[in-house]
Amino acid sequence: MDRMPPWADALLVPLISLVLAAILSALVIIGIGEDPVAAVTLMVKGALGSTYGWGYTLYYATNFIFTGLAVAVAFHARMFNIGGEGQAMLGGLGVALVCLYLPLPHWTVALVAAALGAAAFGAAWAYVPAVLQARRGSHIVITTIMFNFIAAALLNYVLVNLLRPKGAMDPATAKFPEGTHLPTLHDMLAPVGIEFSKAAPANVTLLIALLACLAVWLLIWRTRLGYEIRAFGHSETAARYAGISPVRITVVAMLISGGLAGLMALNTTMGEAERLVLNSVEGAGFIGIAVALMGRSHPLGVLMAAILFGFLYQGGAELALWTNIPRELIVVIQALVILFTGALDNMVRMPLERLFLARRKKEG
Amino acid sequence: MTTAPAIELRGISKAFGPVQANKDISIRVERGTIHGIIGENGAGKSTLMSILYGFYKADAGEIFIGGSKTEIPDSQAAIAAGIGMVFQHFKLVENFTVLENVVLGAEDGRLLKTSLSKARSELKALASDYGLNVDPDAVIETIGVGQQQRVEILKALYRQADILILDEPTGVLTPAEADQLFRILGRLKSEGKTIILITHKLREIMEITDTVSVMRRGEMTATVKTAETTPTELAELMVGRKVLLRVDKAPAQPGAPVLQIDGLSVTDSAGVQRLKDVSLNVRAGEILGIAGVAGNGQSELLEVLGGMRTATGRITMNGQPIDLTGKQSDGQSRRARGIGHVPEDRQREGLIMAYSAWENSVFGYHRDPRWQKGALMDNAGIESAAQEQMDRFDVRPPNPRLAARNFSGGNQQKIVVAREIDRNPDLLLIGQPTRGVDIGAIEFIHKQIIALRDEGKAILLVSVELDEILSLSDRVAVMFDGQIMGEGPAETATQVGLGCLMAGLGGDDTRDMTGWRITDAATIEEGTPDVARIEAQLADRHADASKEV
Repeated sequence: MDRMPPWADALLVPLISLVLAAILSALVIIGIGEDPVAAVTLMVKGALGSTYGWGYTLYYATNFIFTGLAVAVAFHARMFNIGGEGQAMLGGLGVALVCLYLPLPHWTVALVAAALGAAAFGAAWAYVPAVLQARRGSHIVITTIMFNFIAAALLNYVLVNLLRPKGAMDPATAKFPEGTHLPTLHDMLAPVGIEFSKAAPANVTLLIALLACLAVWLLIWRTRLGYEIRAFGHSETAARYAGISPVRITVVAMLISGGLAGLMALNTTMGEAERLVLNSVEGAGFIGIAVALMGRSHPLGVLMAAILFGFLYQGGAELALWTNIPRELIVVIQALVILFTGALDNMVRMPLERLFLARRKKEG
Repeated sequence: MTTAPAIELRGISKAFGPVQANKDISIRVERGTIHGIIGENGAGKSTLMSILYGFYKADAGEIFIGGSKTEIPDSQAAIAAGIGMVFQHFKLVENFTVLENVVLGAEDGRLLKTSLSKARSELKALASDYGLNVDPDAVIETIGVGQQQRVEILKALYRQADILILDEPTGVLTPAEADQLFRILGRLKSEGKTIILITHKLREIMEITDTVSVMRRGEMTATVKTAETTPTELAELMVGRKVLLRVDKAPAQPGAPVLQIDGLSVTDSAGVQRLKDVSLNVRAGEILGIAGVAGNGQSELLEVLGGMRTATGRITMNGQPIDLTGKQSDGQSRRARGIGHVPEDRQREGLIMAYSAWENSVFGYHRDPRWQKGALMDNAGIESAAQEQMDRFDVRPPNPRLAARNFSGGNQQKIVVAREIDRNPDLLLIGQPTRGVDIGAIEFIHKQIIALRDEGKAILLVSVELDEILSLSDRVAVMFDGQIMGEGPAETATQVGLGCLMAGLGGDDTRDMTGWRITDAATIEEGTPDVARIEAQLADRHADASKEV
């Protein structure tokens, strides 16, 4: 009852956080002698002003949807999966193996097969920390972050020593065969008469990401498993009372989480690079944490937050390209947004809650 | 001599959102008296005391301490004004000594040693003044609950408190420990201290208070001299209508044994034996009440039966053995065998507080195919069933979409009881059915339990409220230290006899309880045990138990 209305909780709080982050960013930009208004204009134009910009924004957003959902599912079971990075790396390996070694006649078949491979590898990478947590009590935060390093080292070894084509100089696999190339938004929108940039990497994986949002929503709020995951997340004692096995829920939730993180590789590895390169995840696993926090672990919130971070990524790249604002400062701005929307959530929420209570009292 | 009252509150109001927790409350607490504040759960007692102790700020009203208007923005200010508070849940550092706990937060100077030695001599003085004897060098986790409470009182006195507020102080105490506490309070009073006692137990109010104020729904409904009132009158003032303090029930018609427990033992993860060779049975159509001070194995017994804990021994349900360690030992399997379970702690176990009432209405039974619709849960079906159930069990407000945490304690309990009774279990386990539940709901829940019994179901009741055990049960078993001390019909059980058994003693007091079987464990002590000896024994046992933890 001592709550503010849901719209304020879901929209107003992140909005105010964003404004605060923007003000601080503006101060930083002024501090190095640049014009913040011009910078914002450039970011908006660069990220949203053309289909090229949108193509990149949505491409990044696709990554963040997957990793954001991954973190969100684990959150519902009160687990902090910060291993999205490593799980996505392994997902890439799954995609590469499927695409390189299975005879795939058409991209639709390839997409399904690669999705299974990506999810399976990502889930497998989450399985070990999950079992360690469930049976041995090893803290999932520690184990998943360590598994990120192991994943990076493993991928390095596999790419350099096993999958690198003979004579190639960079640690990457061979190009995937033609049949596995995914249609980009350009390819998909051309038949309906919409001109979309050919150079932008956004591809059919975006639709898979949207489907994933729907699937996660159904899973969490409409299925028995989701009911058990949330119950376990709220109270382990109560879950035990109801006959919900903590071990089972821990493992299952982490498998789903890892699988979702792994699916991200469809976008980067299959959709964009069309081969597995060393650093294909590019920190998206960590951005997923901010996305899930800002999106309140709700698929719709995750979707919106992912698009916001996609915008920041693409807009930031444009800034670095066209202004004297150095690349590092872009990271500072992104970090400020993460700090305000994620870590400092309560700083805005608490005073706002009090404000609403005070107002309601006056009315009542 | 006209002295200003120790505390005077004038027109205190406090609202939490739309809920008016305190409405224009005025009260005078005279110096050197014990003033009881009684009321149902949610009546606003705790809010009022929290305002007095600086946890909440009142929306309106004034506080006068010793006649002068005082602002109490935080607990530091309350302490400075001479107010000390003893919380229901002690706020002690478990691995500190008594002395260290007393000094904590009131150290003077940078060096601990000077504070400690000053405190030591002061504790000695306090002990002799008020009979508050505690070993200053004992570590908190090794002393009994009653002793820990004394430390809380000492903490307040060490901070020069003139006014002591005690919130439900006897909830965790044995009858003997409670008596001891009352003696201390009497002593404090005679030394001129003012005591505010918050409780929901009528007997305590009658026993030691001078004046009693009754709260109902955020309002102060009456303040009366204790000597000029009766428990019945107070109960009526609390709920605003006549209530039955006794439960009406027909004699039990017990049938065949439903639950048979044989040689049940439980060792917890720390290696402490929580249940020692317990044997019991519950027949169809009877209520077996398990009495005992909290923490003597009753919780573990319920947990084993409810599938939350593994055990050794043998349990049969309708003649068929049930799995105690394997795959079939979880809550789901127990429910499938016809065991319903109203757990002791509804907020931590029985409900998911963030879940809506309808989600909670199938908690534990959510795997029932009835609630499946293809791959998804039939949310709409569950919600309409919950609505119907809430109407039948008079859950207020009857809104299935409201989160469990937004219901009062009594209505939360009704949600749990409704869920478990509606599955028509052969055996109902029910732990602390009315803990933190208001009188109106207690009556309702008791009636439901009796009705279930009359339908021929077996009921195992665990409660730390002796009154509840005696008024509901057909048979009573007393647990102490993981063992059954005695077992017999409820009609012949006496308060004193049960009290002795609850303290692990047999003796003369249990002799006239005809039809009772007193186990060997309880008969070591012969003769009438005096209170001091029970106390000493209890302290020992407490100490042993906590050392093992």
